[in-house]
Amino acid sequence: MGLDIAFWILAVVGIATALMVVLLRNVFRAALSLVLCLLTVAGIYVTLSADFLAAVQVLIYVGGIAVLIILAIMLTREVQQGSPSNKLRVPAFIISILFLGVVGFALLNTPWQVSTALPLEPTTSALAVKLFGKGGFILAVEIAASLLLAAILGAIVLVREK
Amino acid sequence: MSIGLEHYLILSAILFSIGLYGVLAKRNAIVILMSIEIMLNAVNITMVAFSRYIVPSLLTGQVFAIFIMVVAAAEAAVGLAIIIAIYRSRETIESIKFDLMKW
Repeated sequence: MGLDIAFWILAVVGIATALMVVLLRNVFRAALSLVLCLLTVAGIYVTLSADFLAAVQVLIYVGGIAVLIILAIMLTREVQQGSPSNKLRVPAFIISILFLGVVGFALLNTPWQVSTALPLEPTTSALAVKLFGKGGFILAVEIAASLLLAAILGAIVLVREK
Repeated sequence: MSIGLEHYLILSAILFSIGLYGVLAKRNAIVILMSIEIMLNAVNITMVAFSRYIVPSLLTGQVFAIFIMVVAAAEAAVGLAIIIAIYRSRETIESIKFDLMKW
């Protein structure tokens, strides 16, 4: 029961803050509501009993990406101009609503094979076995490491003063 | 009625649609990147919800969500670096004025 209430609160706050991100004209306020939206997604992970993912979400998104975005907004000094919509506003709205309708229709009409087993908790050690253990995702972990290295180097090269 | 798989899927579909609208309708390149982050988070919610309700003991969806987060972090870093580099040379971050590759 408590899980239900938590889900509804988190869902309403998350959708409201996501709408604020795309509708507010002040870019800085939009970034702040993005932070709140990412925090509610972390709460959604908690209701899905994904404790490790919730912690990672707070660390990477709220701690890292949000700070990066706010820094970029301050470096580009376009807060006063706001974030106006372009000419495609009405078609974009129609496309989004159509997409939501089609996906919602498909979701509600699919007979999902929902399992009744209880979720694993805590998930941290099971995730570590999955990532690094035998028959796990160790190759993908190595590729992710080199991708991050390439991204860091690329970002440094791009922003460096000539 | 208690919370089930469909609730999470509908929530993530709504978040994805909001992000899609932001990507299509906004002019500010940083707001477009923020909308892309919302879309990636919606996909992550879907992954974790499937992992929780379809195969609760396997955790494969959570592993996928971790990799999506890695790629999202790399994308945000490189995307914001590109935007700052364009702002240096063009003094604007309006996406309709990014026409360096147009001839």
